[in-house]
Order: sequence, then structure tokens, then C-alpha cells
Amino acid sequence: MLGEGMLKGLAETAKNFAGSFVSKDRLTTVQYPEERAPVIENTRDFPFLVYDGADDASDEAKLAGLRCVACQICEKECPPKCIYIVKSTDKKPDYVGKPQIYPARFDIDISVCMSCQICVEVCPFEAIKMDTEFELSTTDRFGGLLYDREQLARSNQHYHKIHPTEAAEVDARLAEEKAKSEAKAKAAAEAAALKAAAAAAPKPVVPAAIEQKEPTA
Amino acid sequence: MIPTVFGLTLPFLIIAALTIAGAVAAALLRNLVHCALSLTITFAGLALLYLNLEAQFAGFVQMLVYIGAVAILVVFAILLTRGAGMPEYRSYSSNWLLGLILAAATFAVLTWAVTRSLPATAASAAPAVTVQGIGVSLMTTYVMPLEIVAILLTVALIGAVIVAMPESKKEGQQ
Amino acid sequence: MSLLSQLDQIFVLLQHWVAGFFPTWLQPFVGTVLAVVGIVAAFPGIFAVTTVLERKGLGRIQNRLGPNRVGPFGFFQPVADGIKSLTKEDIVPFTADGLVHFLAPVVLVVAVFLGFAVLPIGRNMVLANMDAGLLFFFAIGASTELSVFMAGWSSRNKYSLLGAMRAVAQMISYEVPLLLSATVIVMMTGSLSTVKIVEAQGGFTGFLPHWYVFTPWGFAGFVLFVIAALAETNRSPFDLPEGESELVAGYFTEYSGFKFALFFLGEYLGMFSIAGFAITLFLGGWGAPFSFLGFVPSWGWFFLKLLGAIALFIWLRGTLPRLRQDQLMNFAWKFMLPMTLLNLVVAGAWRFMGEGILRWLICSAVLLAAYVLLGRVLMRHQKLGPRSYRYAE
Ligand code: SF4
Ligand code: SF4
Repeated sequence: MLGEGMLKGLAETAKNFAGSFVSKDRLTTVQYPEERAPVIENTRDFPFLVYDGADDASDEAKLAGLRCVACQICEKECPPKCIYIVKSTDKKPDYVGKPQIYPARFDIDISVCMSCQICVEVCPFEAIKMDTEFELSTTDRFGGLLYDREQLARSNQHYHKIHPTEAAEVDARLAEEKAKSEAKAKAAAEAAALKAAAAAAPKPVVPAAIEQKEPTA
Repeated sequence: MIPTVFGLTLPFLIIAALTIAGAVAAALLRNLVHCALSLTITFAGLALLYLNLEAQFAGFVQMLVYIGAVAILVVFAILLTRGAGMPEYRSYSSNWLLGLILAAATFAVLTWAVTRSLPATAASAAPAVTVQGIGVSLMTTYVMPLEIVAILLTVALIGAVIVAMPESKKEGQQ
Repeated sequence: MSLLSQLDQIFVLLQHWVAGFFPTWLQPFVGTVLAVVGIVAAFPGIFAVTTVLERKGLGRIQNRLGPNRVGPFGFFQPVADGIKSLTKEDIVPFTADGLVHFLAPVVLVVAVFLGFAVLPIGRNMVLANMDAGLLFFFAIGASTELSVFMAGWSSRNKYSLLGAMRAVAQMISYEVPLLLSATVIVMMTGSLSTVKIVEAQGGFTGFLPHWYVFTPWGFAGFVLFVIAALAETNRSPFDLPEGESELVAGYFTEYSGFKFALFFLGEYLGMFSIAGFAITLFLGGWGAPFSFLGFVPSWGWFFLKLLGAIALFIWLRGTLPRLRQDQLMNFAWKFMLPMTLLNLVVAGAWRFMGEGILRWLICSAVLLAAYVLLGRVLMRHQKLGPRSYRYAE
């Protein structure tokens, strides 16, 4: 009969209306500032630069621990070109202890970044990862959204906290590489020692650094 | 009580000015939709004039029929025939002489009709016309004209439906 | 005067008391101004409350919470909304017709406010007790169509124009059943005056009231009137003129800031006034629903009923999907119109059949049979399934 479906619909909505006052399960809304939905591990929004060191390290320590070697691959690959890198003129030791170039400037304009994660995929040094922080609003839409080295630096601990599985894999890989490169360095040192014994020539530092760059993943 | 100018009450003068202004604008404006909207002002002014004369029923019916239906009809006709753009027209058409003659003739007929039907004693008190009274006289004295008008309108309605029916198929509106 | 009847007349007494401070020749004028101020203050107030209630109600219907941030339980939300719309930039499209664009919301709000003039809010509480009050209301209601057209046309926007055309077509179509379903009441009361209509429903049989809705023709008239009223106020499920999914916001797409708020206000006030008339015509106006509840002030009853009507409108909005344009028109001309016409005949028969159970049976049977039959016929022709399109050559 005409109007039957309408009455059924009205009954349904009435049930919903009354039910939402009675049963808490019906209300799925998470009331954001007070309550938060649990963060999913694969969440990502903007990149950050990983440094080895404590969470609350001083700015100098943070910068010293940055894994980035300013190779500029990410700068070239970033589709919207929102990364800006200036290489340093001097070098600092990396996590295996080799002297490396480091970024004198590393800026990401997060108002341009599209969270594609390409920079993370291309970085051979596990130096840039995706963050989960999303409360980034500011009153300055130009300067406030242009993040520099200091703002981008986050500890490896932080990385472990937000993406535990991924970070563990990365750490294992780095440890493996470190062991490998140490072994190689040892072997090289031995060879060098042998060579030095033959004809004193201190050169093995450079080849070791190049070999260490070979991606293993 | 109510201030008068030249023997006419102030409300009457204001409404009359509004009505005439609307009519003049309807004749002179270049944009057709603007003309239609000014015509609506004239309709509203007429309704107010009826109300000013204590003719509630006529006033409200004027509003209901002219503002609610006729004005909309005019507007629809404009939009459906000329498109929604902004066509500009000259205020004076080429055969303005003919128009002038027609207007003058209409005015003359109206004046004649009005002056003829004026009661001999102009100053008699306005008759108290209630809506009920109108209803009763429509159903008794004037039942014949009412029925004729009703039949005419029904015929027009059926005609409109037939015109609107799709030609190819039999299915249509009722 | 007893305390209760004083409470009943409190606003009238207040009006007289304030007017008493003015010289005698000014008093009628001051009284009218006071009444107008009352209406202009009260109904936008209800509008503010309604917007929150509607959003909360719709939220609950969809198992959401609804606004709950501003003030306790979110009840100050309209204040925030008001400040927002007042301070927002007022954008007028470059090609828009400035004057008409400006006038449209003003005409709408003024016309809608005028409609309240003949609405009896309580005993002795009507601004203008006109002989042809009902006619006045419909005449005023008809002029809101023009403002909708003005808004749509002056924006120079295809969505606005389409929305306006839809709105006007819809309002004209549903005005016919709206008027015809109200005519039944006029036939029964023998008067177009809203005050008389309410008074005619004032009696009680036992403790049950003599509301028109409790008669076969009155019930049918009420349902038809409410449907037509929904369509007339462009509310869901008849909200095609502002169907967001296809027309952005319909005829007020190009309105922002305070003008948009005016349209919003006009729409809700239109809903209140038409709901108020449904109450006046069918639900006994300000009369109490049971004889023993007569001690509650009459205006209290009116506003309670209004609240109930608003709740019903919100409930319907939360339930029904939007109609398609052809369904809308078919419904108006093939269902509403025949039903209202039949209702007129039934009401006439009721009038001349005399008291007794017989007229109850016959009238109910005729209306029910027509409803079932018409429903069947319409449903039979309803082609469910993929839609076929017809294009102009
Ligand atoms: S996430 Fe994509 S867009 Fe953002 S910085 Fe990395 S490469 Fe560029
Ligand atoms: S690709 Fe990695 S190491 Fe190279 S510049 Fe980017 S972040 Fe630094």
C-alpha cells in the first residue's frame, strides 16, 4: 500500500533516535580533542629526518646524529619539489664513524608536500621517514609551514614509537650493514696493514665509504 | 485624522505613486525580467489600493492571483522564450504609432466604462462587504457567470494538458 | 480575574500596560508596534533553538551526537552561527543584478513575517483579526515565490536559476492542494477568519476536543496539508530546489554572509508559519487537547504544538530521501489534487448527512477506498528499475 515504506522508515529512524540515547555502541563518534582514535601503524603524513640519539637531545646533538648525508636524491625525486638541501662544505662522522657530508640546510615545505613517501623510498641511508604528527596548524601560513633541519629532526626512538615494526627492520638492516662494513673495514685495515708493510699507502678509506653505500635492501 | 493633500489621503497618494512608477518602469526598462518585476510592483500597488478602499477580499485575491501566479507566469514565459541571458531591447519598438493608438483606445474605453458605471450619488458610504457576503452572492445571484467561468477554465486546463502531452506515445499526463 | 486567566492573558495585559503610558490617540499604534516586536523577537528565537534541535535530532537519527561544543550541550551554537554569518564577507557575483540580488532575501523575510500577522498564538493574541485572514496568509505565501525567483535569476548562475525554476514550479504545483485542503475547514467553519476557526474547534465531547483532525475529512485534509506544506517550504523530502548533490545550494548558491542567513531565517520562519496554520486549522489552535488541561495558558499550548510540528518535520527530514522532479510533479497532480478534490466532496457530504455514526463510516470508507485505489494505480505505473531518458531532438 502507498505509504507503507514511509511508515517503516519512520519507525527505523525513531528506533535510531531513541537507541542512540540508550546504547553507547550506536554512537561511534570519537570526540576528538578529548578522545583520540588509536593511531594505526601505517599512518603517515609528513616526512621527518631521523637522528641517532636520545629523544631530548640538545640541538647540536640532534644535528650531529642526523643520518642524512645530503645526497640530494630525495630533493630530485620529490614530485612537487618541496625539499631544499644545501650541502655542507665540511664533513662529520656518520653512524659507522665515517666522515660524511651533512645537510647545511634541509627544508621541507609541508604546505606543498603531498605525503607521497617517495623521498622515504628513494633515500639509501634510512635518513628520512614519515611522521604521524597531524596537529600542525599555525598562524603563519608561509614561514610556519616551512620546516628546517631542527624542526624536522626526530630521534630513532620516536621512529620506534610510531612505526615499531618498520623501525625494527630498519635497525636490523643498519646493524647488519654496520657489522658488514666493520668487517670490511677490518679486512681493509688488515689489507692496508699488509700493503703498508709492503709500501706505505694510506688509501682504503674512500673505497670503504663507497662500498658502504651499496643498497642492501 | 489621516493627513490629506489635494483632498486625497496620504496613503492613497503614496500607493498610487508606487503603482504608477511600477507601470512606467515596466514600460521603459530594457531588461525584460526587470519589466516583469516592476509590473509586480504595480500589482502589489493595486492590491494595496483595494485594501485602502477596505476591500479586503479583492486585495488579497489580487495578491494571490497576480503576484503569486500571473507574475510568475510572465517571468516563466520570458525565461522560456528568450533564454536566461540578458537580452537588451530598445524601449521603443518600430511600430510605436500603432501601440500608441491601441493604448489610447484602451484608455478611452476604460474611461468611458468607468464614468458610465459611476453611481449618481458619489458620496454614499462604502457598503460593508464581508467575505461571507461575497460568497453568498457568488453562489446565488452570480452563480451563472461563476459556472461559465469555471467551465472556461476547465476547458483551458484540459487543453493545456493535451498540448503538453507527448505526441509520439499515448502515455502522458492523465 | 483569577491568577490562571491572568497568566493566560499575560502578554495581552503587558501590552495594555505598556501602551497605557502613552497618550490615548497613540495607544492603538503603540499596541500594534509592541505586538509586532513580540512576533519579531519570539519567532527568530524559536528559529535559533530549532536549528540546534534539528541538528541534534538529525544527528541522533543517524547515530551521531550532533553539535555539542558551544555552551552546555551545544545550545549556544546559534549564537556562534549568528556571529559568524554577521562577520562573514558578503560576496555578490560580479555579473549579478545587484539590486534584485539584494532585494530577494529582504522580500522573502518581510513576506514571511507578514504571514504571522493573522496567526492566533493564544486567546486574544492575534495581531490582525481579519475577516479574510486565511486568504491573507495564502496571498502572502504566494509572494515568497517571487523572492525565490528573484534570488535565482539575479545571481547569474546556472545552479541558482535551475534551483529557482524548480522551486517556483514546485511551489505553484503544491499551492493548489495546499489551498484546497484548507478550503475544507473554511467550508465547515463558514469563515475565513483564523480566530473564528480556532473558536469553532473549542468545544469538548467528554474530555475529547472538537479538533477538525479528529474527523475523516479533517484527518485527510491534515495529512494533505502537511505534505503540501512540506513542499511549499522546500523541506526534505521536497528539497529539490536546493538539492546539494546536484545544485550546490539551489537558488541561494550565490549568497553569503548575512544574506544567506536571511534566506535561512526566511525558510525556517516559513516553516513555522505554515506549521502554525496547520495547528490553527486542524489541531485546535491554542486550545487544550483535553478538557481538564485547560489551566495551561493558551499560548503555552500553541507553542507546544508548534514544537511538536517542528519535531515531526525534523523526523520526516531525517527519514525520507529526496524525490525526483517527475515524481514530485506526478505526486502533486495525480495524487494530491484528486485527493483534495475528493476531500472537498466528502466534507460537503458530511455537512449534510447529519449527526450519527453513519456519516463517520461512509466518509471514512470513501476516503480510505480512494486512497488505496489511487495508491494502487500510481504504484502500478511506477516503473522501478533503470531509468529511461528522453532527449529533445
Ligand atoms: S613525501 Fe613526497 S612530497 Fe613530501 S617531501 Fe617526500 S617526496 Fe616530497
Ligand atoms: S635521500 Fe636521504 S640522505 Fe639523501 S638527502 Fe634525502 S634524506 Fe638525505
